[in-house]
Amino acid sequence: MSAATALGGDLATYNFAYLDEQTKRMIRRAILKAIAIPGYQVPFASREMPMPYGWGTGGVQVTASIIGPQDVLKVIDQGADDTTNAVSIRAFFQKVANVSVTTKTREASIIQTRHRIPEEKLQAGQVLVYQVPIPEPLRFLEPRETETRKMHALEEYGLMHVKLYEDIARHGHIATTYAYPVLVSGRYVMDPSPTPKFDNPKMDMSEALQLFGAGREKRIYAIPPHTKVVSLDFEDHPFEIQTFDEPCALCGAEGVYLDEVILDDRGGRMFVCSDTDHCESRRADGHRGRLSPDEAYAGHGKTEGEAVR
Amino acid sequence: MYVAVKGGEAAIANAHKMLADRRRGDRSLPSITVEQLVEQLALAVDRVMAEASLYAPELAALAVKQARGDMIEAIFLLRAYRTTLPRFGASQPVETGEMIAERRVSATYKDLPGGQVLGPTFDYTHRLLDPALVGDEAVEAAPARESEGEPLTRVADILAQEDLIERAYAGDPTEMPQEPSGDLTREPMEFPMARDLRLQALARGDEGFLLALGYSTQRGYGRTHPFAGEIRIGEVEVEVDVPELGFAVSLGRIRVTECQMVNQFAGSAKLPPQFTRGYGLVFGQSERKAMAMALVDRSLRAGELGEDRVAPAQDEEFVISHADNVQATGFVEHLKLPHYVDFQAELDLVRRMRAEFEARQRSESDTQEAAE
Amino acid sequence: MTEAVLSTLAVSGGFNDPVFEAQGVFRALMDATARPGTLHDLPASVAPPAPLGPGSGAIAVSMCDPDTPVWLGDGADSEGVRAWLSFQCGAPVVQEPDKSTFAFVRAGAMPALNALALGTQEYPDRSTTLVVEVEALEGGPRLILEGPGIDGQRTVKPMGLPEDFAAQRSASRALFPRGVDIVLVAGLRMMALPRSTVVSHDNETEAG
Repeated sequence: MSAATALGGDLATYNFAYLDEQTKRMIRRAILKAIAIPGYQVPFASREMPMPYGWGTGGVQVTASIIGPQDVLKVIDQGADDTTNAVSIRAFFQKVANVSVTTKTREASIIQTRHRIPEEKLQAGQVLVYQVPIPEPLRFLEPRETETRKMHALEEYGLMHVKLYEDIARHGHIATTYAYPVLVSGRYVMDPSPTPKFDNPKMDMSEALQLFGAGREKRIYAIPPHTKVVSLDFEDHPFEIQTFDEPCALCGAEGVYLDEVILDDRGGRMFVCSDTDHCESRRADGHRGRLSPDEAYAGHGKTEGEAVR
Repeated sequence: MYVAVKGGEAAIANAHKMLADRRRGDRSLPSITVEQLVEQLALAVDRVMAEASLYAPELAALAVKQARGDMIEAIFLLRAYRTTLPRFGASQPVETGEMIAERRVSATYKDLPGGQVLGPTFDYTHRLLDPALVGDEAVEAAPARESEGEPLTRVADILAQEDLIERAYAGDPTEMPQEPSGDLTREPMEFPMARDLRLQALARGDEGFLLALGYSTQRGYGRTHPFAGEIRIGEVEVEVDVPELGFAVSLGRIRVTECQMVNQFAGSAKLPPQFTRGYGLVFGQSERKAMAMALVDRSLRAGELGEDRVAPAQDEEFVISHADNVQATGFVEHLKLPHYVDFQAELDLVRRMRAEFEARQRSESDTQEAAE
Repeated sequence: MTEAVLSTLAVSGGFNDPVFEAQGVFRALMDATARPGTLHDLPASVAPPAPLGPGSGAIAVSMCDPDTPVWLGDGADSEGVRAWLSFQCGAPVVQEPDKSTFAFVRAGAMPALNALALGTQEYPDRSTTLVVEVEALEGGPRLILEGPGIDGQRTVKPMGLPEDFAAQRSASRALFPRGVDIVLVAGLRMMALPRSTVVSHDNETEAG
């Protein structure tokens, strides 16, 4: 394999994985520091990427800096491999790095994600790369970088607890449902990226290395494997995750995160796995839900009627 | 039966085909050439070069064409190309005092050595649509100026002779820092910023954003009492030092617009009353951008000059963090990406809170009925 | 040593395949930092001039460039090494260890950890990564590791570290998040001891 890839004929040649070697070194150094200081946001000189800021440039730069010819890449958005931005990012790496890609969680050595952590337990040796829009968990409490940096330096996280407690006072419970702040290894409060809080427990003591890239905000942070990750809460209001009243309509899975799909304009809806690979694997193993196609053939009208809530 | 929506790849490919089709438009018309854009939409090309921070007229014109005239998209295209280019070194600072100016005006002096040179300006044109431009009528050549080819004295230097304006470099001029200025495209950003990086951020910043901020200072949100000391547009030489040769080598000439604002300053505990400077320098011909940049540069120096920082244009973190239109458009437009996983979490919360609210109301009205 | 010899040394012994070898070395470093104390191979073809070892050379060529000041301790420094680093990575060699992004030393001549850059409370990442050539990564006195990246405890037995190594690390661990990240190399094998790792002597063994 050659380290250079020609895109669009002779006009321009790009390095393996698009980034030049000096940029990769800079990002790699930031990644090593990030792993050594779990949860701390390492500033890095984020580059302009050929996709827009806010569309995964941080995750793409992290992936481009770690990926090698032996890697197998999986890209998901909203838990699905076939969402347009996931398709676009996967195609980018196939083009500039010529790597193998997969939709199977267990086959991937690198999984780049936006907004979800796969349902299947990750393994040692796997790397989960998160795309992060706003890396600073304190940003919406204090807009200034100069101030939030001081707060992290002094471990001054009172403001965050005040905010969560105000939720409880006003609504009876914490009203944060995604990007729910966590404390990493007892030191840094960290933004897990806009994953639903349902996924927070998967970050705790994971076997996999978790890397976070924020391109527009120019920050990289990390959680090494086997690291304590605690969702912030209060003794009288312990952290709890979302639960769903019904199993996945396609594979019957319970205890997974579900997407609500609108079936018609009369309020008909169904709930299906957000993790498409998990759902497909279960169905391949013979699991069935209320509306999975083979059942639906038998009694089409009846099952559709049941989907209406 | 439910079949999940598939086919993202095919959808993307089709969308790109449609984009290419719309970009080309009516096939019976000739395709516009990059040379035509460079020559006839020169100011669009200049803006793309300025905010992409890459001086390359043909590539900027290609970007304008590829972006169907969407300026921020064109800037983005050129920047994404720039970022892959290797750096060979840093040039010497360009000497705008040596500029062969095509335009040079000063609002602070009626006349000055070299005179007021209007050059190719929209100023004093009456903004009436010109039907003659619909066709391809012959245009006569511009008259040559008598003094063309001679450098012009800088207005700031005239004021400096009287020591009435702050020095461009506050310290001893023989101790000017020799290291190349910083580069925020290669180093992580950190606040507070040194002025070199701040000026770089402003030079790359969105013209409209800087225009609005500069305007706000004129309307009283952090007033700086500006005078347009001088605006000049023309070509300057770009030189690099080659240590092996022991002298600077010229790489060529680029067109730039420079604006020096002269601002009133009452003095502080440390500094005597004097005029201060706001500086703007932009690739190509862009007076609006250079002037807005100079206004905002001066506003951002509030802290350094001991002025109260009360207005948005004086707030470095606010201005610099939001001046980049490629970053801004990316993040604003990313809202169209799917967010249904998070929306599901919010739906669940609202439904739950709604149920709790209704239960509370029911129990309240039950209690009331029981009481009656 | 003549200039001609110097320049031959400087230009040879780099990577055969810079892009993929650098990626391989980095991945080993990343995995090692993520799982402190585990042993990793550095898949590289470097041959740096004496006295720099091949593992240190591989890390230097993969990670250092004009943006990373390098400090060379006794037993890692020579005219040849400087010329080689300059040619292979363009990295400036600095005299003050606390100005370095990477420092290369031998275990027998390790500087005090607090003489290196520890970063600041606001920017703890602005710290030195210390690459130490040890005699061997196994067969030495037992050290117990705990912290992020380790499921419970991990025992390592690097050979040739100074006796007060664990004590220095404890003192430095108290400064967390400031601190020095350490990579131990022997030949083309390595392990990492990032600042987050708590290092202690195996007291039971010492007692018995």
